[in-house]
Amino acid sequence: MRFQVNPSAGQPLYLQLIQQVRHAIETGVLQAGESLPGVRVLAQELVMSPNTVVKAYDELERDGWIDIRHGSGAFVSARRGMKPRADRLRTAQARVRALIAQLQADGLSGEEVQRLFEAELVFAQPIQRRTR
Amino acid sequence: MSDVWAIDTDRLSKRYGTFDAVRAVDLKVARRGITGFLGRNGAGKSTTIKMLLGMIRPTSGAGRVIGRRIDDRAEHLEMRRRVAYVAEDKQTYAYMTVAQMIRFTRSFYADWRPDLERRLLDEYALPPTRRVKALSKGMRTKLALLLALARRPELLILDEPSEGLDPVSIEELLQTLVATAADGTTIFFSSHQIVEVERIADRVCILDQGRLVADVSLDYMRQEYRRITIGFAGEPPMAAFRVPGVEHVRASGRQIDVIASANAQAIVEEARRAAAVSVEVVPIGLRDLFLEKVQHGERDERP
Repeated sequence: MRFQVNPSAGQPLYLQLIQQVRHAIETGVLQAGESLPGVRVLAQELVMSPNTVVKAYDELERDGWIDIRHGSGAFVSARRGMKPRADRLRTAQARVRALIAQLQADGLSGEEVQRLFEAELVFAQPIQRRTR
Repeated sequence: MSDVWAIDTDRLSKRYGTFDAVRAVDLKVARRGITGFLGRNGAGKSTTIKMLLGMIRPTSGAGRVIGRRIDDRAEHLEMRRRVAYVAEDKQTYAYMTVAQMIRFTRSFYADWRPDLERRLLDEYALPPTRRVKALSKGMRTKLALLLALARRPELLILDEPSEGLDPVSIEELLQTLVATAADGTTIFFSSHQIVEVERIADRVCILDQGRLVADVSLDYMRQEYRRITIGFAGEPPMAAFRVPGVEHVRASGRQIDVIASANAQAIVEEARRAAAVSVEVVPIGLRDLFLEKVQHGERDERP
């Protein structure tokens, strides 16, 4: 499993990491009981601050996505209801594809569509806790 | 006692003749984390670092490093034992071999960790019999890091560690720094390479013309800082944008450009109320923030 973060995106790195881990679990790429890399290893692999990894893992554990066992690392927790989520994502993907095709038929460029999506997403995100 | 801070200064200043190299800097660096210290060349970063390490006496102000006063001789010795420093020029004794240099440095520190020394020597693939002067710049950086890290310091201060390194060596350096932070060492490093700071730092302090002009968490910046470009069909209502979170408003014709450090959503609502015809919101990266905060043009006074 390879994660990737973008330091210059307008989203905190720990949230980017959380989303990728959740996405991997939701789609079944990571399955219950499987282990996640340790903090030091992942920090080194992604060349990011270990605090970012710790913060992401803590939040994932709090929300029930993973279990942290001290000394042996982090594991995907056994949760139910994963499958419907994967189905929902597939449905959503089809809808996004159709919308984009429609917008392009209206004469918008790919870049314009992307900008519109990003502008809407900036405010669609739920209020996150402040990190200052 | 300032136990939460690895570095804590109070109006730290340095004046050379009529030149103010460092002006009333209140620097707060949290323990257990990576803090980047950004600034243009000549902004006063090295002078600040040398004052923290007791290598230069401040003209005024005070500071503590690992809770020890930088201007107290006894406390300063205790501090230097627990703080490691990698200087800009990585000056070591050029005529010694790598092994001699390690043995020489080890003799000064009672808490030297031979296991760590061996692990790092192995990891960095340093040739023990090679003379320091024959090492490449990347290898000299690794040797300087080994000498600093084999004591497992509480705080590691580095002055422009990536200066002159090739991209592969920079990548290895950054990996070493994050691994060191994962082992519990606080890291404070100066740089003018925005990209590397943006990748590994938790927080960034920006020094400009001797003044601290920004101290911000990078995740906070990613989440809250936005550039909002607003277009109007008539005269832009500048007064409408005097709201909290607005750092800067610039008008060019019927378009205005707002830099916000918070409340982007409220600012957009304000724009809509003022009958804006177009609103575009984009995140601000560290490069934009840096360029926003520092003075442009050359600094004319020199020490």
